[in-house]
Amino acid sequence: MSAMFELDFMRNALLAALFVGLAAPMVGIFLVQRRLSLIGDGLGHVALAGVAIGIATDRAPVLTALVTAALGAVVIELLRARGRTSGDLALAMLFYGGIAAGVVIINRSEGAQTGNLTSFLFGSIATTTRGELVTFAVLSAVIVGVTLVLRPRLFAVAGDEEYARASGLPVLALNILLAVLTAVTVVVAMRVIGLLLISALMIVPNAAAQQLSGSFRAANLWAVVLGVLSSVGGVVVSYQLDTASGGTIVLIAIALFVVAMVVGHVVRLVARRRHLRAERHAHEHGPGCGHEAVPHGDHVDYLHDGHRHAAHEGHYDEHSDHPPPAEGPDQDARHEQEVTR
Amino acid sequence: MSAPAPPVVELRGAAFGYRGRPVVSDVDLTVRRGEVVAVLGPNGSGKTTLVKGLLGLSEHLSGQVEVLGTPLARLPDRTRIGYVPQRHTLVGGVRATVAEVVATGLLARRPWYRPATRADREAVLAAVEAAGLADRARFDVETLSGGQQRRVLIARALVARPDVLLMDEPTAGVDRASQDVLTSVLRRLADAGTTMAIVTHELSALRGVVDRIVEVDTGHVTFDGTPEGYAVHQGALARSSGRTAAR
Ligand SMILES: [Zn+2]
Ligand SMILES: [Zn+2]
Ligand SMILES: [Zn+2]
Ligand SMILES: [Zn+2]
Repeated sequence: MSAMFELDFMRNALLAALFVGLAAPMVGIFLVQRRLSLIGDGLGHVALAGVAIGIATDRAPVLTALVTAALGAVVIELLRARGRTSGDLALAMLFYGGIAAGVVIINRSEGAQTGNLTSFLFGSIATTTRGELVTFAVLSAVIVGVTLVLRPRLFAVAGDEEYARASGLPVLALNILLAVLTAVTVVVAMRVIGLLLISALMIVPNAAAQQLSGSFRAANLWAVVLGVLSSVGGVVVSYQLDTASGGTIVLIAIALFVVAMVVGHVVRLVARRRHLRAERHAHEHGPGCGHEAVPHGDHVDYLHDGHRHAAHEGHYDEHSDHPPPAEGPDQDARHEQEVTR
Repeated sequence: MSAPAPPVVELRGAAFGYRGRPVVSDVDLTVRRGEVVAVLGPNGSGKTTLVKGLLGLSEHLSGQVEVLGTPLARLPDRTRIGYVPQRHTLVGGVRATVAEVVATGLLARRPWYRPATRADREAVLAAVEAAGLADRARFDVETLSGGQQRRVLIARALVARPDVLLMDEPTAGVDRASQDVLTSVLRRLADAGTTMAIVTHELSALRGVVDRIVEVDTGHVTFDGTPEGYAVHQGALARSSGRTAAR
């Protein structure tokens, strides 16, 4: 294990994985929110054309990919803001055109051998250079900083674009910004995860986080934790099993998603078991509703015909001082009466 | 209300529409401070386009539109107009709490680099309470009933203390029991002097809240007056055309 950290390329790969594990879920949550999960995938395709241009012209592929993907992102958002069906087709042209141009240009300059191409598409732990690592660190810091500061605004626009526009937020600018952040994430991830799989690290940890949280804030934290676990864990496993790092990272992320789904399900099941719901409760309690309010821990119970009712999600819970099993059959009958009054 | 209150919204020969084509036109309408106006009309009558025009969501094509004495296009602070849209999902594909959704109503009020202050958080709690959701501020909005979700949107519009609330079908698709709570929330707002324009086709749910009715049909205002006057207008309409007014 420790031998792994002494290898230069492994240190670079692990750091690059850490950066992308942090940054990708923070951008991805807004894509999940906008139900645009595949946009990162499309920008990965576009970035491949940029990589190819870099290889063909002997420039740093990371930089040419960054410029191409960012331009693609701006074009996409402008198309989306403009219209409907023609925009959709234009996106398809851009995405497929990107990957096709990428493959053709790389073939032209490197011949038929596709080792380099494969590592760009599916990730490789051996390819991150020290210079690129610095670039990735700076770009990740920018992504994390911008999403942290603008999180409320990105959340508002992704959640309800029409309302955001009506309240005076710069909707188009924020949407373009999110697309550019997505493009930058794609580039940061292109070495360890690869351009075909990067979208997964933006989406899957967020899908898992949704299973474990009831607020946007908590979902954000969970997604970052799961993202870092997947990316760093994936690089370690890929070193030991000698597999493509991108594929390994994504499989770990999906495994974590399955675990999160099971855990979330069990937690909800236990919670449902442990609490007793006041059935068919048409009245809504509140200050001045006529029922006595009794503070109870972090919330307020209302005395309702001998029952203590507390708001929970869309319904009311029975908050007796005794746990539910203590309720006798006669009390159940009384309960039935009270809730239908 | 003896002396006429100052106008909050004033339209003179206004037309609104999309892509340069008017949907409603020749609208003269004044909403004064403290008034609760119901905007009625069948689907496609232009009532929603009219309200969206005031929000800058449909195009203002001609005529004058003033909000608080300022031409609409030059209104610096859009949160002076609170908007309660008709929505099926509140936050898109993620989870968020009631307080998180309501807090977005304050964003346009502060520069992008400034985080929420303590006063902002208190305003959020106050708005949540005014909408009768104080108990539920930290629950995931997706777990709430349809009526409660509608009140989340009302709280989001209230949080910036707007001068007028524009609501699009607040009672549509809400079950009977939550409709009562919703109506009592609206009544409480009205009693507190909140100016409101409510687009609806269920006048019965707003009985006792509304003090003026504006009817829009085929792109024009066809009635503007009191609820009592509206009943007479409907009766006259039914008699003259020999058909029963269904709406
Ligand atoms: Zn009560
Ligand atoms: Zn309790
Ligand atoms: Zn109760
Ligand atoms: Zn419950």
